[in-house]
Amino acid sequence: MKRLDRSGRHPVRIVLNGMPEEGFAEPRMLLTDFLRHEVGATGTHVACEHGVCGACTVRIDGKAVRACLVLAVQADGAEIETIEGLAEADGSFGPLQQAFHENFALQCGFCTPGFLMSLSEYLEKNPDPTVEEIKVALSGNLCRCTGYHEIINASLDAARALRERRGQTG
Amino acid sequence: MPDFAIPEQVRPEDGHVGRRLPRIEDRALLRGEGGFVDDVPAKKGTLHVAFVRSPHAHAEIVSIDAGAALALPGVFAVVTGADMAAETDPMIVGFENPIDYYGLAVGKVRYVGEPVVAVAAADRYRAEDAADLIEVTYDVLHAVVDPVAACAPDAPKLHPRSDSNCVSKRHFVHGDPDTAFAEAERTTELTIRYPRNSITPMETYAVVAEANRETGGFDVLSNFQGPFSVHTVMALALRIRTAALRHRSPKNSGGSFGSKLTIFPYIVVLCVLARKARRPVKWIEDRLEHLSASSVAPNRVTKVEAAYTPDGTVTGLRLTHWDDHGAYLRAPMPAPIYRMHGVSTNGYFIRHLEVTNHIVSTNKCPTGAVRGFGGPQLYFAVERTMQRIAVLTGQDPLDVIRRNLISAEQFPYKAIAGSLLDSGDYRRTVEETVEQGDLAALKRRRDAARAEGRLYGIGYAACVEPSQSNMGYISTLKTGLERERAGPKDGAVASVTVSVDALGSVNVIGDSVPQGQGHQTALAQIVADRLGLTPDDVVVSLDTDTAKDGWSIAAGNYSCRFAPASASAAHQAATRVREKMARIAAANLNVPADEVEFTDGKIHAANNPDNAIPFYRIGGLAHWSPSSLPDDVEPGLRETAMWNAPELTPTTAKDEINTSLAYGFGFDFCGVEVEPATGSVTVDKYVSAHDCGTILNPGLAEGQIRGSWASAFGATFLEEFRYEDDGTFRSGTFAEYLVPTAAELPDIRLVHPTPHPSPYTRLGAKGIAEGNQYTTPVCIANAVADALGVEDIELPLKPAKVLEWVQAEEPPPSAAVAPEGAAGEPAGPTVEGSGEMQVPAPPERVWSMLLDPERMARIVPGCERLEAAGENGFAGAVVLGAGPVRGRFEARIDLTDLEKPHRARLAGTADGPLGSSRGEGAFELIAQGGGTLVRYRYSVELTGKVAAVGGRMVRGAARQLIDRFLRALVREAGGDADPGTSGGLSARLKRLVGGRA
Repeated sequence: MKRLDRSGRHPVRIVLNGMPEEGFAEPRMLLTDFLRHEVGATGTHVACEHGVCGACTVRIDGKAVRACLVLAVQADGAEIETIEGLAEADGSFGPLQQAFHENFALQCGFCTPGFLMSLSEYLEKNPDPTVEEIKVALSGNLCRCTGYHEIINASLDAARALRERRGQTG
Repeated sequence: MPDFAIPEQVRPEDGHVGRRLPRIEDRALLRGEGGFVDDVPAKKGTLHVAFVRSPHAHAEIVSIDAGAALALPGVFAVVTGADMAAETDPMIVGFENPIDYYGLAVGKVRYVGEPVVAVAAADRYRAEDAADLIEVTYDVLHAVVDPVAACAPDAPKLHPRSDSNCVSKRHFVHGDPDTAFAEAERTTELTIRYPRNSITPMETYAVVAEANRETGGFDVLSNFQGPFSVHTVMALALRIRTAALRHRSPKNSGGSFGSKLTIFPYIVVLCVLARKARRPVKWIEDRLEHLSASSVAPNRVTKVEAAYTPDGTVTGLRLTHWDDHGAYLRAPMPAPIYRMHGVSTNGYFIRHLEVTNHIVSTNKCPTGAVRGFGGPQLYFAVERTMQRIAVLTGQDPLDVIRRNLISAEQFPYKAIAGSLLDSGDYRRTVEETVEQGDLAALKRRRDAARAEGRLYGIGYAACVEPSQSNMGYISTLKTGLERERAGPKDGAVASVTVSVDALGSVNVIGDSVPQGQGHQTALAQIVADRLGLTPDDVVVSLDTDTAKDGWSIAAGNYSCRFAPASASAAHQAATRVREKMARIAAANLNVPADEVEFTDGKIHAANNPDNAIPFYRIGGLAHWSPSSLPDDVEPGLRETAMWNAPELTPTTAKDEINTSLAYGFGFDFCGVEVEPATGSVTVDKYVSAHDCGTILNPGLAEGQIRGSWASAFGATFLEEFRYEDDGTFRSGTFAEYLVPTAAELPDIRLVHPTPHPSPYTRLGAKGIAEGNQYTTPVCIANAVADALGVEDIELPLKPAKVLEWVQAEEPPPSAAVAPEGAAGEPAGPTVEGSGEMQVPAPPERVWSMLLDPERMARIVPGCERLEAAGENGFAGAVVLGAGPVRGRFEARIDLTDLEKPHRARLAGTADGPLGSSRGEGAFELIAQGGGTLVRYRYSVELTGKVAAVGGRMVRGAARQLIDRFLRALVREAGGDADPGTSGGLSARLKRLVGGRA
C-alpha cells in the first residue's frame, strides 16, 4: 500500500457520475467530506459517520459503499456514482427517483440519497425482489420520517420499471 | 402500483386541497439538490467548531488549559464557560427558577457530554485536534439520575441556588377530586415509569454564525425549528436587540421531530465564538454529540390513582408526575407536561381531577421537544389505567374505553382541566375502526392461539391529539398571582404571505419551517384553489429570514401546527389577495366584486364565464398602473396574514387552560404474541385510525401516520437513552441506541374514519403527525399486559425484561433456560479480564521491567511519555482508541502491596477528551523453568465518550491492548512474539489473552 505523508494534501482523482473530478485531501479526510466540500457534490449526506445509518451510501466501482467509512485517498482513481447521477440524460427522473416520487417515499429527504444508491446496486443484483428481500436489503439504511412502507412500495415499482426498461433494450 | 390507505376526499372538480398531489419538494431532493445547512456554501475563511465535552455526570471544573490548542496552527479562538458568564446572560425560561444556563458549563459539569469549551479552527479536522489538546481537570461529584430519588433531601444537588432538585412543583385541583375519591366505590393505583427517548433526526444540528458589526448583532444560519419565541431568549442572552439577531433557516431540514428546538444554546455559544474569532464559524454536530447532548423527551414517573364504579366508569383521577428534565431547563421546558395539562383526562368524561407536577433536575442530558411532547408519558399512564380497570372489573378493556368516552353530542366539550375539544365523534371512530380493522377476526386469532397455550394478547388505546399549541399554556406553571404580574399570554400566531407579481406569477412565503412534511406542496394546493390556479402556478419558498419575513413568536414547526395554523394563514392571505384582485377585476368586468370568480387562470363574472379577464392582467394592472385601480385600492398585490384563533385564551384563575386549538382523535388496537422462551414480543396485527378533520393531501397525511408509527414502534421496543446509576451515558451510537429499520418494522393497517373537521381552523384541518406517539406505546403495552396478565409494564420491551415478566407468571421450567436477551444485552461499562502468559525471563527481570518507566514506555501501547511519579508510581500520556474513537489520555498508575518479585496490586486513572477511567488490578510472577508465568487480572470502569460508544467495542479494544502489551513485554524480555515467525508462543498468547480477557 502506498504510504502518504500524514500532514500533506494529496491529489485525488475520481470519475464522479461519468465526469472526471480532481481535488486534494489529507490522508485522514473522509470521502464524504471530499465529495461534499472539495468537489461540491452535496447530494451525498452525512448522518452518523460510524457506518450504521447508510445515508452516505455511494457506489464505488459499482459497489454500494458507506462513504463515511472510506478515506478520500482510498478512492483515488475510482468511478463513483451518487444521487446526482441518477436522473436521465435530459434531466428527468430516472426509474428509482420516479418511483420514490409517486409513492411519497421521502419526507425530509436526508436519508434518501443512501436509499437510492443502495437500491441502485441491489436492483441490479436482484431485479425482481420480494418485499421480504427488499426489507433485508434496506436494513442498513435508516429513515426516521417515513416508516419504510412507502420506500418498500417504491422499491417494488422501481424494480418493475427497471425490468421493463431492460426488456425493451435487451 | 402506489398503494395508499387514505382515500382522496375530493371530486376532481373541487380543487386541489384533499388531492394526493405528488410533492413539489421531491424535485430537488431526489436529484441531490436539496438545500440543507451544510449544503449552503460557507464564506471563504469560515472556521469550524469542535466542542470539548464532559466525561463526567457531575463534577467541579478545576482547571481548563487551552494553551496547547491555541498554539496549534489554524486555531483561532476558544470560548469557555467563564467567557459565556462574562459576555452573556443566562438563557431565560418561562418562570423564575434557580438554574443558570449559559450553553457551556460554568464552574461545574452536570451531565456526560455537556459542552465545556468551544474551539474554532481552520477546518473540522484541526478543530477536533485542538479540542483534544485542551486539558480540563475535574473534581468528580456524586450524581443522581432517578427523578424520584433526586427529590430526596440528601440527594446530590445540581444547582447551588436551589435547595432541592425539584425546581418547580405545582398542584392543580379541577372539580372535586377529594369527594370523588372519598365517595368512590372502588379505587386503583398504578405507578408508571416512562423511559427517556428521542426520535434522532438523520440530519444533526447545524449552525453558521457571524458577528455583524453594522447592527452590533449576529447573522445566523441554522436548522433551528422554532418556536421563534426562543429568538428572544437568544437575543437577551447575547445582550443585543432582537432585531439585530438575524436568523435564517435554509429551505431543507433533515427531520427534527422536535429536537432542533434546543439548538438555540449552541447558536448563542457560536455567536460569542464568532465575535472572538472575528470570522464566521460553523458547526455540524456529530452523531455522538447528538445522541448524548442535544435533546431528549423527559422520562417520567407517574403515580395514577383512579376512582371508579363497579361498571368501570371513572369518576376521578389523580396524577402525580415526576418529570425528569435532566441537568438544565431550556425554553420552553418544562412545556411538555403543561402542553398536555388541558387533556389530562384524555377523551374521557372525567370531571374530577387532581394533578401534581414535580419538575426535576438530574445528571442527564437536558430535555427538549420530541414528537408527542408530553403525550406519550401522559397517555401511557391514563390508558394503562383504563386497561387495569377493565381487568379489575372483569370486562373487555374496549368496553371500559367506550363507556368513558365523551359522546358526540357533547362537542365542543370543555374538559375539566380546560381543553376545548372542538369536534369529533369518538365512539363512532372506535366503532368504524373495530369494524374496518376486523377486531372480531383478531379476537378469533387470540382465542385460537390461547387454546394452543400461546401467550397472546390484545391491546387498545385511545388518544386525543392536540394540535397548534396555545402560547399561553406554559404560564399554567406559574401561580395565578405570578401570571397576573407577568401579563396575559395566549394565542398562536401563524404567518403566510401571498404575492402576485406583474405577470401574474404567485409567490408564497411562510413561517412553518418545514422538516420534510411537504408544506410547500400543501401550501401550493391551498393558494392555487383560492386563486383559481394550479399548484404549478405557485412558487412556495419556506426558507426563513427573521429580518425580512412576516413572523411572530409562535412561528416554527412544532405541535402539529401546520394543518390548523399555517394552512389557515395561507387561506387567509390568499383570500385577501383574491378579494383585492376581485375588486380590481370588478371594475373591468362591470360586475360587483362579490360576483367575481376565479377559475382556470381567469377572473370572471360568476354568472357569465365569458365576461372574463386573465389572472395575469389584474396582476399587471396592480403593478403597472396604480392610477387605473379603484380609489381605495393600494397598488401591488402582497398580503401577509397573521392568523390566530380566538379560542386560544389565557390560563384562567382556576388554572384551566385550552392548551391547543384543534383536537383530533386516534384509536388503535393490536394483537401481540410473547415468545415464552425468549421474551420477544411480535406484533401480529396493528390497526390505527386517526380523525384529523379535513385532510389537505392524503399522501402527506399518510406519511405522517406511518412515520409516527415507526418512531413509536422504536420507543416501544428499542429506543432508550441509558444511564448507569453514576450518570455514565451508554447510548452514544446507532449501534447502542437502536432505531427501527425496514427489516423489523411491521406494517400497519390504517383505517380512515369519518372525518370531523375542526370548526376553529379555516380549512377544518387538524394536526396528524403525533397520534401514534400517543397510542402505540401504550396500545402494545396493554396487549402485553393482556398476554401475560401482568400489571407493571415498562418500556422499551426488551426481551430480557419481558422474559422476567413471563417467568414471574410461570413456574420455573424443569431445565434452566438461559435468558437470550440477557446474554445479548451489552454489559456495564466495566471492562474486566484475567489471564496468564509465559515470559522468557526470570521473575526478577520481569519485575524490574515492569517497574522501569523507560522500558514500560516502550511496552505500553500508544505510550507517548512515562515517568516515575512518587514511590512506585507512573504518570504519563498514552494514545488509545476504541472503534471509531481514539484519543490521548493522561494516565497515572500506582503500585501497592509490592512483594518483590512475586506480586503487586495496581490502581490507576486515565483522563482525556474521550472520557475517564478508574481501574485496579493485580499481577503475580511465578518462576517456571527459566522463565516466568505472569498471572494478571484487571477491572476498569469507564465514563464519557468511550463508555457511550458501547461496551462491545470497549471490551474488544481492551483485549487488543492487553494483547499488544503482553507481546511487547515478551519482546522486551528477549522472546519472539511475532505471530509470523513463532506460531507456538503467539498462538498460546492469543488463546490465553483472547480467551479469558
